[in-house]
This record gives sequence, structure tokens and C-alpha cells, in this order.
Amino acid sequence: MRTLLDPVPTGASPLLSVRGLTVRYGGPHAAPALSCLNLDIAHGEIVGVLGESGSGKSTLALSISGLLPSKTCIEGSILFRGQDLRQLEESGWQEIRGAKISAMFQEPGLALSPVMRVGDQIAEVIRAHRPTARNRLKQECLQALTEVCMPEADRIYNSYPHQLSGGQLHRVVMAQALACQPDLVIADEPTRSLDVTIQAEILDLLRSVRRKFGCALIFITHNPALLAGFADRVLVMYGGRIVEHGPVTQVFQRPFHPYTKGLLQLIPSSSAREGLARMTRLPAIPGSLSDADRLTRGCVFEPRCSARIARCQSKFPDESTPEPDRRVSCFNHGI
Amino acid sequence: MKYLRRRAIHGVLLLFGVSVLCFLFSDLAPGSFFDEMKLNPQISPSTVAALRSQYGLDQPLALRYFLWMKSVARGDWGYSFAYNAPVRSLLVVRARNTMILTTTATLLAWLIAIPLGIWVADCAGRLQDRLAMAGTSVLLAVPELVLVLALLYWIVRTHALPVGGMASPNADSLALWAKLRDLAAHLVVPVATLVLASLPILLRHVRASIIEVLRAPFIQAARGHGIGRARLLFRYALPAAANPMISLFGLSIAGLLSGSLLVEVIMGWPGLGPLLLEASISRDIHVVVGAVMASTLFMILGSFLADVMLLVVDPRVRLD
Amino acid sequence: MGSEHAARLALAPSLVRARGLSKRFAQRQSFSRKEFLVDALTEVDLDLPSQCLTTLVGESGCGKSTLASCLAMLERPDRGEIWLEDRDLTRLSPRDQRKLRPNIQMVFQDSAGALNPRFSAAEIIMEPLEIQRQGTRKDLRARACDWMAEVGLSPDWADRRPLEFSGGQRQRLAIARAIALKPKLLILDESLSGLDLSTQAQILNLLLDLQAEHCLTCLLISHDLTLVGQVADFVLVMQQGRIVESGPRAEIFRRPQHPHTQQLLASSRVAESAFRAAAGGRS
Repeated sequence: MRTLLDPVPTGASPLLSVRGLTVRYGGPHAAPALSCLNLDIAHGEIVGVLGESGSGKSTLALSISGLLPSKTCIEGSILFRGQDLRQLEESGWQEIRGAKISAMFQEPGLALSPVMRVGDQIAEVIRAHRPTARNRLKQECLQALTEVCMPEADRIYNSYPHQLSGGQLHRVVMAQALACQPDLVIADEPTRSLDVTIQAEILDLLRSVRRKFGCALIFITHNPALLAGFADRVLVMYGGRIVEHGPVTQVFQRPFHPYTKGLLQLIPSSSAREGLARMTRLPAIPGSLSDADRLTRGCVFEPRCSARIARCQSKFPDESTPEPDRRVSCFNHGI
Repeated sequence: MKYLRRRAIHGVLLLFGVSVLCFLFSDLAPGSFFDEMKLNPQISPSTVAALRSQYGLDQPLALRYFLWMKSVARGDWGYSFAYNAPVRSLLVVRARNTMILTTTATLLAWLIAIPLGIWVADCAGRLQDRLAMAGTSVLLAVPELVLVLALLYWIVRTHALPVGGMASPNADSLALWAKLRDLAAHLVVPVATLVLASLPILLRHVRASIIEVLRAPFIQAARGHGIGRARLLFRYALPAAANPMISLFGLSIAGLLSGSLLVEVIMGWPGLGPLLLEASISRDIHVVVGAVMASTLFMILGSFLADVMLLVVDPRVRLD
Repeated sequence: MGSEHAARLALAPSLVRARGLSKRFAQRQSFSRKEFLVDALTEVDLDLPSQCLTTLVGESGCGKSTLASCLAMLERPDRGEIWLEDRDLTRLSPRDQRKLRPNIQMVFQDSAGALNPRFSAAEIIMEPLEIQRQGTRKDLRARACDWMAEVGLSPDWADRRPLEFSGGQRQRLAIARAIALKPKLLILDESLSGLDLSTQAQILNLLLDLQAEHCLTCLLISHDLTLVGQVADFVLVMQQGRIVESGPRAEIFRRPQHPHTQQLLASSRVAESAFRAAAGGRS
């Protein structure tokens, strides 16, 4: 089992490499949910995906786990450890899902079967990938539960989902995702609608678990405050495209893309927090994404952008590299 | 526990109520068993009257009911005028025959409906599903009577199977294995009819429940963990879809003694159905009451069993 | 802003006052006689200043929704009084309560569940107006379209069903329905949870605009202070059925007294302080 202390060979090929991924639900002429996505994820890194509803972040999660509905039009390539996932049959996917690539979705209460014991559900995941003897199975499940810091693992093992609290359910789902020690974990808004106190706990847990197992993590969220101090890199998505990309500290310190700037303005800055100034109005980004916007030839964010220029309507901006290790797709990012 | 006790008490009250209604309605129907005899010129009216008083039919209804209750408490269910035998032995034999038929049919129907329903739900929207739905629609539309007559016609033409009854004339002289084969041969048509009649509803319910459950997020999540399709359907979807199916199963049990009347009458199967029919027509009152009570008992047991099964299967309903 | 707002705060009379509210629920397990008594509210006192935005924060299960239901006359408290201006809501007969209902309206957390999926958007807004018999159908439809425009929804969408809207748009619809009766108090029970940050900000701005335009008093129930904390006038902190701290926003943020308040503020600050560190003290 790899840990973070093992040196990752420099120049090693990325764990996950996505090129030109375009996904359309509902036929080849429908509005794309994802457009020409390029993405690399190295072993063991935490990548944050930031975006609002409709940005395509959930579609990205579903594409990487192969859970898109069968009628979806997918173009592009998804290489995982050099293997093209798009070529896989369902049986190939079953080997990968849960064992190499694991996903945690929103609402853990709904992600568990209400009529099966929680321990059995974790055992099913292990069984699906490794033939294991019955008593060994229970041991491994209990261990998985202890890894996610569940006290009374035995009692939890025998409980049903409706007997557990929200925080406990989150941990169970995490135990399920990590049971087979996957290389890549995708967490799709795991803290949505959670109390703030529990949010902080879950983030801490993810951090410690990742340190222990050394798996790569894709953390999808709409709230930039959660990524600070947590993710290594951040991808900002809007309307199915990546609009900005770079190390978290740099992107949050000096955002380039107008959308990123708009999002970051919402997080309270120190002066307001100390109670000196009450805001009469929040600096919200006006408007919202509509399907028509996606079909445009120009920039998807253009209708809502405060920095738009004439060029923005005619062509989607290519990725430019204003600084090393940072990429942004904007004609007018102000540098 | 308290819940089960409460249900048991309700059951007894229900039986009591049904018995009262049964007596009442039988009495409301004009005439009595011995009225047929009145038409016979060779029997004098005084003989008829004497018979009537011998069997207590000239006493008031309430008294008759009370006497009947007393004897039921002793285990004596009354006396059949037509068969000249205690009701109980009659009922036991006939009920056993009916149970052989209906239990086989119910088990078979469910054993086909569940896997077929799951398979059809898995290919929802595709050709297999649409064919299955068309087939069940046709079967639902065809009355049971037509089904049994059609099958009867076919075996009369082809002599493939015995035409009716439960046993061949020489059945008593056969060895055990041959007797069972004979019984099976006689069972084929009635069971086939009952299965064809009940299968469409069961299949549709199973299909609908499974389709509903397959839409749930936890199925998607389990798929995301690499659980195979077959295991997903049988270990995840089926238990979660069990609730409505259990209620339906309870109804199946409830109908074990009462659902096969038509088939029994037409195929000459010596079950509770023909007995009840004859007894109703000839006003053989104790037989009627006894048969109705037996059916009611099964209905109560059926729904009770369904509740117990729900308690066992669904942890959300359970007493913690 | 500044001094005139502060002055307004200081003088604000209370629109709604509650004293000693208590509510206890008896929960029974199915098929059992055993009852669990849950004290949802214990001796709750609160004041909602008129035309101000008050936020009520607390963890899940602390009784915020029960309090909201009692204020909106959807539940009856076991003990205590709720005064709307000069009338005690807890002592009213159902008929009098019905007359006062237009004054207090509520927006719920799950917009998809709170809006009848078979009604069109216009019908949803018209429904309370029809119940209170405020005009003919044609009038009401025109008014409904006006309200849609006011909350930022295009009147062209008047015939769309709620599920055809996005989450943020549905909440706008729910707000339109709530203010159609021109209430004095608008209660939002976790209506912003589950929405994106940017959508939350837009809806908060909408609320501030509506508050100014229609002299609304708003009670916003939330577990997350990130955005609400920036625009609220007053803060109430609740824990396990009791109000543990209350006061003007500046006071609570600067000097939280009760440990639970400190804990809540600390949790929402953990992510944000990391954020500020990452952003290098950008202001």
C-alpha cells in the first residue's frame, strides 16, 4: 500500500489524463454538458473542481467513473494509468470502479440501501473486487470503519442507515469508497447541506485519510472556502469548460478569470468579518447559465461577464499561460 | 409483540362478525334445505316438518346461532344435510384438495413472476419489455373462464391430459409414485389456468417496483463501487422493492381458499368451490357457514403473514 | 449605510415578540407503546425587530424549524405567547388565525417539495391569493406575472412547471408566492442551503431589495454564516431548543459570549481563515 511518503518518480506519467472530453446528453446536437476538457491528475494530489450547478462538474465525475447513461454522446479520451477507459466494456468498468477509481456522491443517506446493514454494504464492495473469506470480510470492514475514525465500529457495522446521523453516514460512505484502497477518489460535493461543524470534521477526515492512503482526490464543490488549505490545485469550471487552472494559493491570491474573481469576492474578507462593515448588498455575479449559452461559438461566460469585449462573442478563448503553471481561457483577464 | 397480539384479537373479532353475517344472510335467503322435499308428492308435509324440527330449523335464528357457536367451541362444526356427514370432515377433505391446487399455482406464479419481473424491469423500454407488457395485457383482458375453457378444449381434442377431476378412476390401486404422477397430470390444466390468470398482475407489480427502485441513488452508488449487474438486481434492488410485493403476497395467501372457485367447478376438481356452490344452492346452511369461515380465516392469516414478513424484511418498520 | 442604519436598528420596535415558548413532541416507534419525549423548544424568548433581517443559526436538530412553524402558526406551542404587534397568536381561534395568516409567510428548504409539481408557476403564486379571495382569476394572473418579474423570473415562464426551473429559480418562485400576500414577516427556513454560493448571494440580494421595497421583516434560518453573516442586522443563536445568545450582528461577531456561538463562528472561520491565508490577506 502506497503512502504519501513514497517518492513519486519525477516525470512520471499522470494517473489520469483527459483529452478533448466532450459530453452531450440527449443526442449529437444537444447542448454540451462538457466541452473539450483537458485535464491531468498526478498520483496522490488533491485537485479541487470549483463550479456552480450546470458547470459540468458532476458530469466530469460521472464520466471518469463510467456512470453516464448509455445514450450519451462522448468524445475524447480518458486515460487512466495509460489505459483508455472509453474502450472498456461494462465488465472492465466493474473492475475499475470501487477498486481503482472510487466515487462519493452527495447525500450519503441516499447512497446506501435502506434495507441492508451498513457493514454488509461495505462488505459487498470488498467482495466485488477481491474474493474474501466470510470472517476476513468482517475484519476488513471493521478496519475500514476504524480508518475513518468511527468509534464503536462494531455497533455501526450492524446498524441500518436510518439509525445513523448525517456525520456518521458520511464516514460510512467514505469507508465504502476507500475499502479497496483505490488510486483515485472522486468526492462530488460531499459536504453539501451539512452543518458547518460537521463540514469541518469531514474535511479533516478526508485530509488525514488521504495522507494515510496516498490516493489522488478530486474534490468537487461550489464553495471556494472549502478548497483553501486543502487542495493542491484548482480547476474552475463554467458551462462545461475549464476557465481557469492553477495552484490553489496562486489562483485565490490573484485570480485571472472574471468568473473566478466574482466567486472569490463572495467569501467575506477580514474587514466585514470583524463586524466593522455590514454589507447592504453582496457582490453577486448577475444572471445565470442557460442552455442557449452553451451553444454559443464564443465564451460561455460572456453574457454574465463584467469584463467582456467584442471578441468574446465570436470565439471561445484558447488557453493562455500568463504565468508558469497557470492557465486561463479569457481574452481580457487583465494581465 | 403487543402489535401481534392486537392483530390476533382483531382477527378473532372479524371471524365472529363474519359468522354472524353469514348466518344472517343465509337466513334471509328464502326457504331451507327441506323445501326441495316439499315438491316431492311422496313425502308428506308432516314428515318435512318433523325433519325440520329434528334439525332445529324451526327455532329462532339467534338460538340457532348460539347453539352453533357452542358446538364450534367443542370442535363440532355442524352437520351437512345433503351429505349426511359432519361439516368438519367434509371441509377438511375439500379444503385440502383446494389447497393442493392453489398452493401449487401460487408458488408457481410467484416463482415465475419474480425473476421474470426483474429481468423485464432490467430491460425496461426495450423489445423484451414491450413484448412482455403486451402479453400481460392480453392475459389480463381474457377472462379466467375463457382460459380454462380453451385449455379444456385443447386437451379434449388431443387427449394429452385427463379431462377433469383430481384422480383417475383406478387411482387407488396405483403405487405411490404412479399416484403422484396421476395427480400431477390432473393438476396441469387447473394450475395452468390459475397461473395464467394471476401472473400478469404479479409480473406488472414486480416490474413496477423494481423499476422504481432502480431509479434510486443508492443503486447508482453501488454501480459506482463496481457491483455487478446480477448482484445489483437481486441483492440491492429486490430487497428494497420488497414492501409492495409482500403486501401482494399477503393477498395471494388470502386467496388460497377462495380464488379458484371457477376453475374447480369447470374442471370438476373436488375442492371447496363446488362444495360451496352446491351448498349455497341447496341451502345447506352449516356447510355454507363453515366454508365461508374457512376462507375468512385464510384471509386473516394472509394479511397477518404479510405484516409479519414486512416486519422481518424491512428494518425501518421494525421494533428496535 | 453607516449611521442612519445604525440609528434605525437602535429604534426598531419589535414586530414579533415571543415569550416562554415551549414545545414537546412525543415520538412513538412503529408497533410499540414506548414513547420518546423530545423537547424541541424550551422557554424560548425572542424579538424580531421590524423591517430588519434577523438570522437564526444553530445546528441540525436544535429546534429552528419548530420555532419557525410556531411563529408561522403551523404548530401550536405547548406553552408561551407569540405577539404579532398587539395580538397574541397563541390565543386566537382558528378563524381569527386564518385572518392573520397573510401577515406571516414562510419559504421552505426544499423548493421542489414545497411547490405543487402539477401547478404552473403562475398558478403557484395565485394559489394563496385565491385562498384569501383577493380577486378574479384574470386579475390574479396579471398580479402573479408582476410578482414573477419582481423576483427576477421572466413572466414568459408563467406556464412552466416548477421542476423545469433550476433550484435557485424555484426558490425565487417560492419567495414570490410568499410575498404575494404582502406579509409583514417573511420566514425563510434554510431556504438557501443546497444552493450554489453565487445563487445564494443573488437570492440574498433579492431579499434585501424586497425588504427595502415592501418594508418586510425577515427571519432567515440557516446553519451557515458565510453569506448571511455579512448582511444580517441581528443574530439569534440556538442550541438544543434554547436561544443561547442574541444581539446585533456586530456584537455577536466581535464578541461572542456563549461557547456554542464561539464554536459556530470558529467552524465557519476554519475554512475561511485558511482561505484568507491562501489569499494572502487580500481585502
